[in-house]
Amino acid sequence: MSEIVIENAVKQFGKFTAIDNVSLTAAEHEFVVLLGPSGCGKTTLLRAVAGLGMLDSGQVTIGGRDVTYLPPRDRNISMVFQNYAIFPHMTVFDNIAFGLKMRRADKTQIRERVENAAKLLHIEGMLERFPSQMSGGQRQRIAVARAIAYESRVILMDEPLSNLDALLRLEMRAELKSLLKRLGATTIYVTHDQIEAMSMGDRIAVMKSGRILQIDAPTRVYDLPSDHFVGGFIGNPPMNFVRGQVQRSGGAYAVKIGDFTLTPGDELRSALTPYDGKLIYMGIRAEAMEVVTTPTTDTLPVTVDVVEPLGAQNLLTARVGSDILKVSTSPDSPIKMGDQVWLRFPLNKIRWMDVDTGRAITADVAQVLA
Amino acid sequence: MSAQAVQPRLAVLPNERERQRALRRLRLRRAAVYIVAVLLALWILLPIWLITNMAFSTPTAVRAFPKAFFPNPISLDSLTFFINSEGILRALGNSVLVAVTTLVISTLLAVPAGYAIARYMFRGRDAVRLLMLSVRAFPIVVLAVPLAVIFIRLGMYDQPVTLALMHTALTLPTTILVVSSVFASVPYEFEEAAQVFGCRPIQAFATVVLPLALPGIAASAILTFVLSWNEVFAAMLLTSTNRTLPAHILYNLDKSSDPFKFAAAFFMLVPTMIFIFFIRRYLFNMWGSINK
Ligand SMILES: Nc1ncnc2c1ncn2[C@@H]1O[C@H](COP(=O)(O)OP(=O)(O)OP(=O)(O)O)[C@@H](O)[C@H]1O
Ligand SMILES: [Mg+2]
Repeated sequence: MSEIVIENAVKQFGKFTAIDNVSLTAAEHEFVVLLGPSGCGKTTLLRAVAGLGMLDSGQVTIGGRDVTYLPPRDRNISMVFQNYAIFPHMTVFDNIAFGLKMRRADKTQIRERVENAAKLLHIEGMLERFPSQMSGGQRQRIAVARAIAYESRVILMDEPLSNLDALLRLEMRAELKSLLKRLGATTIYVTHDQIEAMSMGDRIAVMKSGRILQIDAPTRVYDLPSDHFVGGFIGNPPMNFVRGQVQRSGGAYAVKIGDFTLTPGDELRSALTPYDGKLIYMGIRAEAMEVVTTPTTDTLPVTVDVVEPLGAQNLLTARVGSDILKVSTSPDSPIKMGDQVWLRFPLNKIRWMDVDTGRAITADVAQVLA
Repeated sequence: MSAQAVQPRLAVLPNERERQRALRRLRLRRAAVYIVAVLLALWILLPIWLITNMAFSTPTAVRAFPKAFFPNPISLDSLTFFINSEGILRALGNSVLVAVTTLVISTLLAVPAGYAIARYMFRGRDAVRLLMLSVRAFPIVVLAVPLAVIFIRLGMYDQPVTLALMHTALTLPTTILVVSSVFASVPYEFEEAAQVFGCRPIQAFATVVLPLALPGIAASAILTFVLSWNEVFAAMLLTSTNRTLPAHILYNLDKSSDPFKFAAAFFMLVPTMIFIFFIRRYLFNMWGSINK
């Protein structure tokens, strides 16, 4: 039993609210990623789970036990600190063995676990060294090894790969993912790297300014962002947002982008009612659009301003009114700068959003069923 | 050689002259800095050299004028005479006893106090720090006389322990500030990590913070020792038969010969020099973090 439940957590530093009424559940064995820009409160939230820095209000339970007021050592957790926090006066071996020694595990078991953890992180040859004799990336791996060797039911990681070079990070990402799955520990993993989040997490919690905007599986966060910020933060390039005006035509609503008309599905009718005559965002991913070179009635004509060949794709930049659209095409596409092309927008790939609040405009589930 | 061959060609470049001028100015500035540094160093080093030189010279050489720059012949006569003079060994013993007692009491008090100041945001923390600094700002006389009066009333006059308490009162502010800066330089995250991996707060302190702070604490202990070793005013005031070395020397100063004085000065100087050499890094640290 190692489900983590955070309920209505609030943490303030003076007048500044770092965690603003956050609730989050990580099921047993689940890998939840906290993703968000710098300063959004990821570390603060993770520390609250660890018992470092008391919450001002709210509750944390681990495995059904209310740990809100328990000290860190009674929570059966391990943690990788953002600044590593490995002990400079101990050898790498003693650092990794630290938790096990505190727990009075027996000598052979300690040695075995330390060596295993070190091997997984490619620092097995350096166990007798001191941290000061190692590079930043190697120190970070000591911190990860220390957390893994402890074999706790819950592992908290604060940007554990941030200091590795791109290649090693790519490799460690996959290894860490499979390792954590094998250990079966419930993991909360902090990162501001959206690719890391997408590739590793069972679910991603996207944070901004002390709040969680969306918690969902990576593909859902990517395809169906619940918020303008989420769509813009995740994906490279970020989701496109084009403003259009909602107009009532007959019983249904249409969205006009210039002279071009899109007709949202019927299930959105009631959700769109308050927006009659107003502007809303049409959000769509770069690869969700279809590019055609001859006009049809359901396509929007645009002029290609820039073509960026990126290897796996060619990225087109076009202008629609005052909004910019990034469109990805196949790398062997013949489209050149200055060409006129036509874009088709598959309705099921479009995410409509409120211009002011940034929240997605979605069909009310109850109404769809009715 | 080959570099010289290249130079004429470089001189043809239009901005070469300006480059040369900038280089000359740079060298001049650097030279000025060095001259000031050397003057400052001489200001300190010349007296030290004079003392050392004289301490190792024969008594006749000490009285001669002008004095030789090196002791010739090197002689231990003055030093042996000094050590064998009456009361010196006893005073030396007192000095060591007082300094060690001061060091122990002062460090035992300074470790918890310094830790609290470094780690906890308690109300009035800055006031406490300021208050301690201001204790240092008072002239010793202002502190020593009332304390001496109290000690005399308590019947604790003329005991090494009493003087050690007095010295503790004088050195404690400095010791606490040094120790707190040492603790402040150990990231709190280390303690948190230790706690996550199974330590109670006190265990985290013992296994992680203390080993990391130990060299710094040792340095501050040495500083305390040196301060007590060199302190003479309170020592004169609070002792009569149990004098410490500086008090004893000062007391006998007008009755003693020049070789005796130089040997005494050398004896006072040496422990200080050795200790300061070992702890200089921590002293720089202290000033750095007090300024914050
Ligand atoms: N001890 C503190 N005192 C005051 N403010 C703090 C403290 N710790 C964090 N904050 C503030 O709380 C906010 C959240 O901090 P936190 O460290 O959780 O950010 P983060 O999401 O981990 O950022 P990063 O990705 O840069 O690590 C920040 O705006 C920070 O300035
Ligand atoms: Mg952080």
